[in-house]
Parts: sequence; C-alpha cells; structure tokens
Amino acid sequence: MSEQARTGAVKPRRFGGWYVAEHRFRVMRSYLQTVLVTGIGNPFLYLFAMGVGLGSLVSQNLGPDAVNGVSYLQFVAPALLCSAAVTVTAEEFTYPVLLGFKWNPTFYAMNAAPIAPGQIIDGIVYSVIVRLFATCGIYYVFMLFFGAVPHVWGVVSILVAMLTGLAFGTVVMAYVATIEQDSGQVAMLMRFVLLPMFLFSGTFFPLSSMPWFLQWIGWISPLWHGTELSRVFAYGASEPLWLIAVHVLYLAALFVVGWAWTRRIAARRLNK
Amino acid sequence: MPAPVIAATNLVKKYKDFAAVDGISFEVAPGESFGLLGPNGAGKSTTMRMVGAVSTRTSGDLSVLDLDPNQFGPEIRSQLGVVPQSDNLDSELRVRDNLIVYGRYFGLPLSHVKARADELLAFAQLEDKAKSKVDDLSGGMKRRLTIARALINDPRILLLDEPTTGLDPQARHILWDRLFRLKEQGTTLVLTTHYMDEAEQLCDRLVVVDKGTIMAEGSPAALIREYSSREVLEVRFGSEKNAEVAGMLDGIGERVDVLPDRILVYSDNGEAELVRMTERGLHPITSLVRRSSLEDVFLRLTGRSLIE
Repeated sequence: MSEQARTGAVKPRRFGGWYVAEHRFRVMRSYLQTVLVTGIGNPFLYLFAMGVGLGSLVSQNLGPDAVNGVSYLQFVAPALLCSAAVTVTAEEFTYPVLLGFKWNPTFYAMNAAPIAPGQIIDGIVYSVIVRLFATCGIYYVFMLFFGAVPHVWGVVSILVAMLTGLAFGTVVMAYVATIEQDSGQVAMLMRFVLLPMFLFSGTFFPLSSMPWFLQWIGWISPLWHGTELSRVFAYGASEPLWLIAVHVLYLAALFVVGWAWTRRIAARRLNK
Repeated sequence: MPAPVIAATNLVKKYKDFAAVDGISFEVAPGESFGLLGPNGAGKSTTMRMVGAVSTRTSGDLSVLDLDPNQFGPEIRSQLGVVPQSDNLDSELRVRDNLIVYGRYFGLPLSHVKARADELLAFAQLEDKAKSKVDDLSGGMKRRLTIARALINDPRILLLDEPTTGLDPQARHILWDRLFRLKEQGTTLVLTTHYMDEAEQLCDRLVVVDKGTIMAEGSPAALIREYSSREVLEVRFGSEKNAEVAGMLDGIGERVDVLPDRILVYSDNGEAELVRMTERGLHPITSLVRRSSLEDVFLRLTGRSLIE
C-alpha cells in the first residue's frame, strides 16, 4: 500500500519547486503585456530621461566626464539597471506571496498536493530569477544601445543587478509572508522603503555627496551595494577590494537569509 | 476487514491550551465512505488536516496508507485528493488550467494531465466552462471544479471538508450524485459535514464528533436505531407555551425533548402519539411526523442541535 505512495512522491520531492515556478510562469502569462511593456519601456524612458536629458545638463556644467571620471549616463546606467531589478522583485515577492497565503490561498492548495511549504517559496524564487534575467538582459541591451557601458566586463552587471534584486526581494518576501492582517503594508513598503531607497542609494549622485547623517541609508541599502558593485564592472569604478567583498557578501547574505527565513515562515504558517 | 487505509489512535491536536481534537480514534477501510459529523468547531477540519498530512499532530498515532504523516507527508499527499472547506482554486488561471497546473504538482506529465483534465471537466459537467475564469463560476460549479481538481491524480482517498456547505439544494444534489459515482467506483471517501442528510446519503459509517471527541460511531441506520426512535413527532404550541405543555406529556412517547420553538416526541409510531395528545385536550398549532434522523441522534448525544 505504501509502495505506491513512495513512488508517487519521488518527483514532487525532487522537482516540487520547479512545478511551483511553472505555475508562476502560467500566471505571469496573464500579465505578459505588463511584463513586456515595463521590461522594454522602462529602460528606454529612464536611460533617455536621466542619462541623455539630465546627463546633458550635467555635462554642460561639469564637463563630459563629470562624475567619477565618466559621463553622467555611464554613471547612472548601472544604478538604473539595479533599480529595475529591485522594481521587479518588489512586485514579484510581495503581491503573489500575499495572495497565496491570504487573498487566494493557493499555497494551501499546493501544500495539500505533495508540494512542501519550502518548495513553494523555492518556486517563487526560481520564477523571479528567470524574470529578472529577462528584464536585466533587455535593460543591458538598451544600455549598450545608448552607449552607456564603456567596459567589456559590464555584462557582469546583469548578474550583479539580479543579485541586488534578490537580496532586497527575499527579505521583503519574508516580511510579507508574516502578514496575517492586510492593512496596506505592501503599499506602505513601496512608498516608504522602496522609493527612499531608490533616491538615496547613490543612484543619481554619489553617496558621499549626501550629508553624513543620511549616508547610513546607503550602507544598509542593498541597492547601494549593488549599484557600487555594478559600477565596478560597468566602467571600472575604483573601489577598494575589501569594499567589493562587503558588497558581494552583504547582498549574498540578504538573499540567502531572506530565502531561508521565508521557507521557515511558510512551513510554520501552512502547518496549522 | 482488510487493512485500514487510515488508522487514528488517541489523536490530539492542541493550540496552546485549547484541544481542538482531544483523543479521537477511528479506522477507515479501503473503499469505505466515512463521515465525521458534528457542529462547527467540533474538530472535524483539524482532523482532516492531520489526515491530509499538512498539520502535525500534538500526540497520538496516525497512519495513512501505512505511513506516518510526520515523516511521509509528500508520499501520503501524492495519493490523496483534497477538497477543502473554502475553495482555493486559482483565480488567476482559467478553469482547465487550474486542473493542469494542479496535476503538475504531482509530477504528472503534461500530456497525461491535459487528457485527464478533459475527462474530469466532463465528469464535473464543466466542459463548456473550460476556458472560463474561475470567478465567473457559480458556487456549485466551483465546488465541482475543486472536486475535479482533487481527482487529477486518481487519488486512493478523497478527503472532503464540508463539501456542500453554502450550496443551494439543486447544486447539492448534483454534487452528491458525482460523489456517489466515485463511491461506486471504489474511491475511499472521508467527509466532514454538519448536514445530517448529507451524512445519511453518502456515509457507510460515521463518527459523531463534538468538542474534539467522538460521541458515537456506526452506520447512519445503526446510530438512529441506537440513539433515537423510529419516528419523531414534532409539535408546536407557540414559543410561550411549549415548556408548559411539555410538563403535561407524561407517558406520551419514549422520550420528549423541548426546543425553544418546538417539542420533539420520540416514538415508533408518531401518529399514535399525536392522537393520545389530542385526547388529553392538547392541540398543537402545527404537527409533523417524520422519520428519525442523525440530527436527533446528535441532539440526544449532546443536548444541542447540529446547526444552531
């Protein structure tokens, strides 16, 4: 009697996370238009407005290699790439998680099938990695098109941006997974965490040009660490080796801790 | 009796100090249709979640398909079909895709799942809704789709938690018909309900659960035989007078229960009791003789009615 059960669980135990990812892709297909429009529209608009528009103003006043020894476009492009990754994860790690636990409790349905709670979280992470790769890849092509990447190693900044998005997103996901009573926390998060982070993470101006009492925002912000790291690859920004190590470790740690923590929360929450 | 597919011994589930399930024991044989009957909050759903290997028991023994759910959750769940109390269909996917995606969670190949989905849409009488959005379905259709989804893996055991709660009578009968077919095909059914007619229709055997413990066990007919009379005479004298009249019913019926709105007289011959009543000069506003039901069993066992 139990033999059949043992056989039946072999594939779900091994590939459960991928089945959940497959579910996410099917759902994403229903908002594919949004994915494509933001994936293609955003890089064009941001690179044009910030890099070319604002950039020409900066170079008129400060010369063509005004910031960090490169043009404003080249300075701002890697940061925009990382921000795009963070925008994707701020969306994909919040609403689908809130939905699955609460509004349309599909996580309970998955768990009633042979999928373990941790695998549900894995599946979300896998699907976001795929979407991040597409988004960042497209963004990078636009950066090349705008002449925003002088360095051949710039292509690595795609991976850096993905890691940045995952570092931010999985920690946010852990928080969202604990929300039992939804009173608009996610909207607050977007307004009071995501937006300030976007503005004060050395995205549009170096962190050092901010008043000292605001610079801590950068140090805790995964976006600042990611931006600084991607600038190293994109145009060879000079950064001490220890600080590069800090960037990588900080981002990787957030990603791993956020992921593992959410798995635990899911296991506790689904086992009632 | 062949080896049981579910065996629970002194099963307990506590939430802090509150015992939702407080030491229940039962067995379910393969192919049997087994019910947990009880009011809301009796511990039925909690029991179902433990059997469904998604909720860890506090103590006691539980084996499902000869496996311990604590260690072999995915193994057990690969052989179950689960219809939860509240629908958790995926409203972001269309009807047929709900089945396909769910089948994939069991690791079934896509081609197999697609063919099976079409069979099940036919079984659930939802063929023309295949491309509909879930939110556009009626309550009865959603339930049928949930049952279809639970069957995608050809489960050995189908767990149904309050399958027809909230449905109109017609939708309930369609659903019962579908469940009856599954029973005929030999699927083991385990269901919870607080509807006695549902339990009588679908269950070979059931346990009456209240406050986390089992009050009685048996087939619907045996339970009625044991805990109630063949017939029940229901009389109403008006809510003011019921209690007063009840005092004058000595010697009428085997037993009398006074409810706020009516008096129940248990007897093998309800009509005869009514005649004796009127002979004493007691003329109820309304009277009704019916066969005993599980509702009466429950009232007898707990002193409360099932649906309050």
